[in-house]
Amino acid sequence: MTTRNPAPRRLRDVVFVEGVRTPFGKARPDGLYAETRADDLIVKAVRDLLRRHPELPGERVDEVAIAATTQQGDQGLTLGRTVGMLAGLPRTVPGFAIDRMCAGAMTAVTTTAAGIATGSADVVVAGGVEHMGRHPMGFDADPNPRFLSEKLVDPEALNMGVTAENLHDRFPHLTKERADAFAVSSQAKYAKALANGDVGPELVPVAVRSTEQGWGLATADELPRPGTTVEAIANLKTPFRPGGRVTAGNASPLTDGATAALLASGDTAAELGLPVAMRMVASAFAGVDPSIMGYGPVPATDKALAQAGLGIEDIGLFEINEAFAVQVLSFLDHYGIADDDERVNPYGGAIAMGHPLASSGVRLMTQLAHQFAARPEVRYGITTMCVGLGQGGTVIWENPHHADYSGHTTSTPASKES
Amino acid sequence: MTQNDTTTAGTDARAERVTHSLVRDVELPGGAGTLALVTLDNGLDHTKPNTLGPEGMAELTATLTALRERAGRGEIAAVGVTGKPYFLAAGADLLQVSTVTSHEQALELGRSGHAAYELLHTMGVPTFAFVGGLALGGGLEIALNCDYRTVSSDAPALGLPETGLGLVPGWGGAYLVPRLIGIEKAVDVILTRPAAQKPFKAAEALDIGLVDELFPAADFLEQSILWASRVLRGDVVVQRRELDPQPVWDAVVAATRQRLDAVVAGSRPAPGRALDLMADARTATRAEAFAAEDRALADLIMSDEMRASVYAFQLVSGGKKPAGAPSADLARPVTRVGIVGAGLMAAQIALLVSQRLGVPVVMRDLDTERVEKGLGYVRSTVEKLVSRGRMAPEAAARITASVTGTTEIREFASCDVVVEAVTEVMGLKKKVFAELEDVVSEDTILATNTSALSITEMASGLRRPERVVGIHFFNPVAQMPLVEVVRAERTSDEALATAFAVTKKLRKTAVLVKDRPGFVVNRLLVLVMGKVVEAIENGTAVEVADTALAPLGFPMPTFELFDLVGPAVGLHVLTSLREDLGDRFPASPGLERLVSDGTRVVLDRPAPGMPKPVDPAIQGVFGEALDAGATGRHGTPVLDAAGVLDSVLTALTVEVGHMLDEGVVAAPQQIDLCMILGAGWGFHTGGITPYLDRTGYSTKVLDRRLLPDGVANVPENVA
Repeated sequence: MTTRNPAPRRLRDVVFVEGVRTPFGKARPDGLYAETRADDLIVKAVRDLLRRHPELPGERVDEVAIAATTQQGDQGLTLGRTVGMLAGLPRTVPGFAIDRMCAGAMTAVTTTAAGIATGSADVVVAGGVEHMGRHPMGFDADPNPRFLSEKLVDPEALNMGVTAENLHDRFPHLTKERADAFAVSSQAKYAKALANGDVGPELVPVAVRSTEQGWGLATADELPRPGTTVEAIANLKTPFRPGGRVTAGNASPLTDGATAALLASGDTAAELGLPVAMRMVASAFAGVDPSIMGYGPVPATDKALAQAGLGIEDIGLFEINEAFAVQVLSFLDHYGIADDDERVNPYGGAIAMGHPLASSGVRLMTQLAHQFAARPEVRYGITTMCVGLGQGGTVIWENPHHADYSGHTTSTPASKES
Repeated sequence: MTQNDTTTAGTDARAERVTHSLVRDVELPGGAGTLALVTLDNGLDHTKPNTLGPEGMAELTATLTALRERAGRGEIAAVGVTGKPYFLAAGADLLQVSTVTSHEQALELGRSGHAAYELLHTMGVPTFAFVGGLALGGGLEIALNCDYRTVSSDAPALGLPETGLGLVPGWGGAYLVPRLIGIEKAVDVILTRPAAQKPFKAAEALDIGLVDELFPAADFLEQSILWASRVLRGDVVVQRRELDPQPVWDAVVAATRQRLDAVVAGSRPAPGRALDLMADARTATRAEAFAAEDRALADLIMSDEMRASVYAFQLVSGGKKPAGAPSADLARPVTRVGIVGAGLMAAQIALLVSQRLGVPVVMRDLDTERVEKGLGYVRSTVEKLVSRGRMAPEAAARITASVTGTTEIREFASCDVVVEAVTEVMGLKKKVFAELEDVVSEDTILATNTSALSITEMASGLRRPERVVGIHFFNPVAQMPLVEVVRAERTSDEALATAFAVTKKLRKTAVLVKDRPGFVVNRLLVLVMGKVVEAIENGTAVEVADTALAPLGFPMPTFELFDLVGPAVGLHVLTSLREDLGDRFPASPGLERLVSDGTRVVLDRPAPGMPKPVDPAIQGVFGEALDAGATGRHGTPVLDAAGVLDSVLTALTVEVGHMLDEGVVAAPQQIDLCMILGAGWGFHTGGITPYLDRTGYSTKVLDRRLLPDGVANVPENVA
């Protein structure tokens, strides 16, 4: 019998190295990716991500965690593992698949980050993919009848658009006009970010085949509608309720796309020379009534702030997923933030670029990382999103470019540079 | 070349599967401008490769012409050409090519391709080929006519197979390849590889210089487009080699010519025509060279050799679905296989069965020494394969463990199929089957690998003769693609279906034959040997007789073939066929003497790639050589080389006539398939029946054609 003691465990900082994404496409038969497989999308994203970091030997990747909401067909078969193999990572690199609906990629990040923090992994690839054209939300799902018989959820809570209408009901001052205005500004902010080159560096070109048109190259998001005005969307149909307030203009469209991010322990980043874009401060998920699922970011953010010992006033940048404009407004309203606060989604959001469910979490992080680099005066930012069936998820990040940066290595406590 | 789904070449070919030229603009990164990306796509799935016919070529010409205008207006910075998934293009549509009925039409076929591809040279902006998959013949030539080429790591085949099909790479290949990669490598690409039917893999193509860059398949097109933009910006410079000096060029051409004279020996025109084009490629202008390619292509398209090659190619492609096989549903599941005997043939079969069927195999011989020898062969062969990197150690371990030996016949009790491969003695084989029947289960299939004995007789003493079927392998078993599956008089559909199922899993082409002596391959091959030796017995010099068949372009001269199969085996089959079929299979005391003395009949190769000549010293056993035309030892005139050839062709025609009358196979096509795959007779002969038809032997000897006019030749009423 051995008497040897295990090596002592100590927690390590987790850093976000870089995130990339495919251009987002319209989830329709005439969309960019209509003839492109979902797994090919995420494989191309992962390959590009790894190509950007020649300083990282493939065998140093300890985990590939890939999310998808509908894990069947070309999104099935344990995505993380298949993606690692298809992307050309060594066979020794393990992988797994993740599902928390819209927060899939965010959960891929937080789950692997927990592993990094406790020493299970040094470097991970985390991301998500959703080809909503091939896998419509909830397709083939078989909800337990008890949900209805025991009234566990309102039958309509499974329809995300209806939950958005419910938010309008609950917060009557969050009017359709405010939602439309927010949506129009999302389009405008995106157009400006694109023109400034703030959107673009993170995009991975994808060769797309069309039987009708031949091969092409996807290099830009397909969904944004630059120049959208309040007048233009004022009279759109309200598909979820007659006389409702939620329209195609103030909601995110159905989207195909994939995202991938590289995370590492702070020490490993220093060892390998991986650049550090963000340090993870805290993360939390929380549940709410499924019939107002869009409210999820509020309790999740409260929980994360409490963990970090920070207040909402400490947060200098917000990347909040725009599943629906009203759901973002409910978050801002709760914290007393103005609808047009410039700290919120500076590059626009999902209403403009789209929301490929399980991919979006890493998109938020990727954009926050870009903003951190451009805004060294901001110390903390959050990424947050709502999740179907009544959840929210929030991750708080620290900007390594900030003067008071905490550092991310265990050996040199206050390294200021990455 | 092209795949197709018919097994019979017909003059009424199906409509063209048009390969479309789709164009999309791609904005290149780094401000390199717009790339007009042409996708070649026939709109069909991966089982139907892109091929190039007149309509598709016209569309490509129109597309490239429009792009040249755009380039002229400064709208595009480059043109890229790629294919649908897994294919660039498999080349010209051969079925279409073989329906051409006039020299003028054939000339037009070459010209139309050149006209399209010439646009890639005069585009005014750089042209790129992104070879994302298979690129053969005219398909690869699209890429060769571009300024730059990338290839995907998973492209399974790049090559110019034309000279193996009776053509030349006539859409620029014969001119561009030697200039691009040097004359010596060009000979490999245009002559050597096609003869061996071995196209290049992606990495090999990069290595030899046929392409400039290789990118992993996972994001091949993305990386290719990125690379193109770097080339356009000048960040990447592709170095082209200087043309080989004229003396080097001439020396390689001369050496190649010498080899062709010895090996091809005028049996078919294509290799020589290709070499002519390559010889001139160093100094000719592109226009001159393309015009010469047009002429060569037209002449060859209107040649019987080319038509027979297309016929042969289609036979071989279609041969994977055997004609006349019973429903595969009748096949018995095979979970354990027994081999009776542990000699060389038995051990080769055991190894192949273990490798491809993945089931336990037990070999049985009379004593442990023989059994050990058979197992030793299996072990040493897999070890060799592992050391050459051709087999994984795990696969070797599985095979070594799953092939076992025994001296006990009871070990066959649980076998689903037992193959006998013992000495070719009827009494012995009958005894083996009788013993087996007492041991195996009711429905075990008994197969024999006999090459000349009657299977019906072999099965006659059994309680259940219907379980006996012939599975005739050729030596060496691993390399020879043909198996003759023999239906004896009582053979059941179940036994036959099982034999076909097994041979399919062994990845052999199976041909259904009737239980007649020598089946197809041995009957004709041994007849040829017998007639050559008969001429020598009569007085023809051995050197004259040995090379008399050169105009047929057989894989080797007659005595080298004897040496390969073993004179004893050849003599045994010859004797056995004479006993069964009569004096058409001549007796040869000289040959018997060579076998009993164990004399080697050939000399060493004079140079690599050259045939082994007959050893003139063996003349002695036949008696001295007499002058051609003099009265020979048999009382008939001594034959010269042409006379020997005539005698052989006459005998072959007679024999083929008998075989068809006897119903050895259902149709002449099966004889041809057998001779191509079992004897290596060249595509240009179409096997044998097209050759007998076009040389008039079938009409002269049998008073009928073997195949309808036009099936494997240029139809008489045209040209």
